[in-house]
Amino acid sequence: MTDTQRPLSPHLSVYKMWQAHLVTSILHRATGTALSVGLLLMVWGLLALAGGAEHFARFTAFAGSPIGIILLVGWSWSLLFHLCNGVRHLIEDGGYGYQIVQFRRSSWAVIIVSALLTVAVWACVLTRGVVA
Amino acid sequence: MSAYPKEYRDPLKKARGLGSAQHGVGHWWAQRVTAVALVILSLWLVSLVLRVLRGDYATAHDLAARPWNAVLLIAFVVASFWHAVLGLQVIVEDYVHVRWKEVALLMAIKFIAVLGALASVLAVLRIALGA
Repeated sequence: MTDTQRPLSPHLSVYKMWQAHLVTSILHRATGTALSVGLLLMVWGLLALAGGAEHFARFTAFAGSPIGIILLVGWSWSLLFHLCNGVRHLIEDGGYGYQIVQFRRSSWAVIIVSALLTVAVWACVLTRGVVA
Repeated sequence: MSAYPKEYRDPLKKARGLGSAQHGVGHWWAQRVTAVALVILSLWLVSLVLRVLRGDYATAHDLAARPWNAVLLIAFVVASFWHAVLGLQVIVEDYVHVRWKEVALLMAIKFIAVLGALASVLAVLRIALGA
């Protein structure tokens, strides 16, 4: 199985599961991976935009399809979550917010703010009548 | 007064600053620098995409072709792929414990990222230069 005898990540058995700061940590990796895949869709979009109206129509048709919308909602939330949690991590890299209470509060703040921002972005999209 | 030296590390080792893994903080720091860049670039991208959605193909093309937008699009794509490679590398190193699979995945990720970034840059240049 492994090349080494030392304990290897993920050390799931040593943590109490489903605390806010554990969930944000896992979600940071999950959303980062999802965004990496989403980046490939952006490459397609740029290539289509460069390729002409027909190519771009094919791209927007996919983006506007039910599957496309589901993916876009997922990616927009992933981006906003990874962005909020990333800022939180940068602040922690500065040595701030390491009290357990602060840790838990900032995790909840990230979850709530990223969800609100996602709703705001899609409210912008829908009120402009783009997705119908 | 102590019989023991205070510092066991070789001065050269300290000066090189590469630590026991021999990589130093390059990976860690690059991830932070790209993260800070992407905080700004992502917010800008969201606003650009929302503006693009309002119009048709010509509007989208014109918006992407504007010099500042083209520059920032390239910056976003390059910083994103760079950040993605660094992040995915950590995930693969943490969870893939069979050496050949780990190395193969890391290489595949880098190849795809470089190709994706190059293709995006070419696309943005074609849009901006009207080729």
